[in-house]
Amino acid sequence: MQILQYLINGISIGAVYAIIALGYTMVYGIAKMLNFAHGDVIMVGAYISFCVTNYLGLPAALSVAAAVVVCTLLGIAIEGLAYKPLRGTPSLAVLITAIGVSYFLQNAAQLIWSSSPKNFTSVVAMEPISLADGQLVITGEVLLTVCVSALVMVGLTLFTGKTRTGKAMRAVSEDRAAAQLMGINVNRTISTTFAIGSALAAVAGVLLCSTVPTLMPTTGSMPGIRAFTAAVFGGIGSIPGAMLGGILLGIIETFSKAYLSTQFSDAIVFSVLIIILLVKPAGLLGKQIQEKV
Amino acid sequence: MKKFVAMLMVLAMVAAMFAGCGNAEKPAATEAPAASDAPAATEAPAADAPAADAPAADAPALKIGLTGPMTGPAAAYGLAVRAGMEVAVEEINAKGGLQIEFKSEDDEADGSDKAVSAYNSLKDWGMQMFAGAVTTGSSLAIAAETNADGIFMLTPSASAVDVAAPYDNVYQMCFTDPNQGASAAELMAAKWPEATIGVIYDSSDAYSTGIADGFLAKAAELSLNVAVSDAAFTADTKADLSTQVTKCKDAGCDLVFLPFYYTEASQVLTYANTIGYKPTFFGCDGMDGILTVEGFDTALAEGLVLMTPFDANASDEATASFVAKFKEKMDGLVPNQFAADGYDVIYAMYNACVAAGVDGSTAPADVCAAMQEQFAAMSVDGLTGKGMTWDEVGAISKAPAAVTISDGVYVPMG
Repeated sequence: MQILQYLINGISIGAVYAIIALGYTMVYGIAKMLNFAHGDVIMVGAYISFCVTNYLGLPAALSVAAAVVVCTLLGIAIEGLAYKPLRGTPSLAVLITAIGVSYFLQNAAQLIWSSSPKNFTSVVAMEPISLADGQLVITGEVLLTVCVSALVMVGLTLFTGKTRTGKAMRAVSEDRAAAQLMGINVNRTISTTFAIGSALAAVAGVLLCSTVPTLMPTTGSMPGIRAFTAAVFGGIGSIPGAMLGGILLGIIETFSKAYLSTQFSDAIVFSVLIIILLVKPAGLLGKQIQEKV
Repeated sequence: MKKFVAMLMVLAMVAAMFAGCGNAEKPAATEAPAASDAPAATEAPAADAPAADAPAADAPALKIGLTGPMTGPAAAYGLAVRAGMEVAVEEINAKGGLQIEFKSEDDEADGSDKAVSAYNSLKDWGMQMFAGAVTTGSSLAIAAETNADGIFMLTPSASAVDVAAPYDNVYQMCFTDPNQGASAAELMAAKWPEATIGVIYDSSDAYSTGIADGFLAKAAELSLNVAVSDAAFTADTKADLSTQVTKCKDAGCDLVFLPFYYTEASQVLTYANTIGYKPTFFGCDGMDGILTVEGFDTALAEGLVLMTPFDANASDEATASFVAKFKEKMDGLVPNQFAADGYDVIYAMYNACVAAGVDGSTAPADVCAAMQEQFAAMSVDGLTGKGMTWDEVGAISKAPAAVTISDGVYVPMG
């Protein structure tokens, strides 16, 4: 029974990692850049949702919608102001800019909302399901997070596979120059990718803070890095891989905390990651791409 | 042309940024306005007061400096200490007689070069006594410097043993971490001798580990029943504390000791409530502030026990007057223990200076010698304790006080 409770805890945090990782992997897969500011967009999303429910007194569903809108606009603005001027420059320049954007967002959040923590009220109003005399508890947040991340995964897979924009995205991902020659507007495609990634970040922020209620300007950075790890673990660029990587990371982390050592859980998680990457360098579901010379 | 447009864009962005900040600060942030206004405010009264009172007070003003995190993730502590100190300085300067000039520098709670350069800039300013640093990491770095420079240091809130113990000139206003852990164990032995105890702590934080170690040593001595002592977390893994709580639940703990800051504690309380786990939670002074977390359902903290030397709801006149002045300064923010420690630090220094006849013309090294002599013998009544004295290594001795949270307010524990 105990082991099941730990499994649920693991899936709960893993599903949050998964939904963040989906945003990472989407942007990486298409724009071929690591958007380290992704974690901070999550934080902004959570703050927007917090403000809408606590200061304006509007229902949770509206606050999520507001967070999605604000984050989408923020994502487009970041892309347009910080990344677009650097298109065609070495990837290192973009990477450093992304880190800069991350610091900018954290400090701006601190100016606006102050550094003292806020306690996020969960958007899920459901009573936890208690099984086996309360030995096993499944919270509404777990169910919601798992469902949302599964839906997002399926949605993204269909979107990139079936729609025109999705196909354009895949084309840009495969060969940017060739895509442009085929008449695809590369800039607009990448902007769309950022918009989608940021909207996902808003949803992830709300789910993250519903699971772990402490909201601070640095809230997004650590889960962001873990989710990035999860994306690499599952194979960066692969949408189902991000989902799998996130959930596995959450489960491994929880089990090593529960049965091996709470202090060394990170060491254990990252050792597993190293071993997997040694065996499968592209990650669990990543594709090995042969470079033709 | 393109360059011109780009420049225009940059200008527009910068302008938008400032405009955005200006508008957003007013309704949302409680501390942001203070953060931007306070540096001016700190110096203004201190600089004006001596000038205004110059004919009355013939001696030059005493220069006291502080470093602490005024920006960055730990800014809440630095701003609280600074405002608490400013309240004390304004009171003292209004009294006439010995005047104090107070200056603070931002060290961003960064124990490396930032803390030392913040300290150095205060030294260039002519600081005679150092009333910082706010955080342990910065204090460790600065304590060695003050010792080499022969400047007296009394930290309001750096609680590690290594801050004061190795140096003659360094004193603490707060409990050392192991002492606080030991007092917690004694209190538990007195109140809940039969309890099954679980301990969750932050192994990446010196404060939390210090208390946990002191607690576990004392608990073993008092043969308390500690069932879970390995439920640690680190700064990197604190995003999810559900496993640690589940561990305590499975071990049947009915008393859970949480020696860490309220930021993470609100997470533990929320999760425990979600899974229907209701032990008695017991926190340390870092727990002070949990009721002020915006959006936190105070019902979750019902019955929580915490050790704090300061209670903003206490009805005595000194506390009430301090709370009123602090709130006025900080836009309605309720002072916490950090603010009260800061206030007490200024008064302890002031009392000692008056007793020793030290003023703004005394050289820092002579101030330091006089202070050491005074602190060895004197006893101070402050907001955080009555009859506070210091031992030979500079650690404070005051009665530990515990409160229980009932209906969203602190109730002193008998």
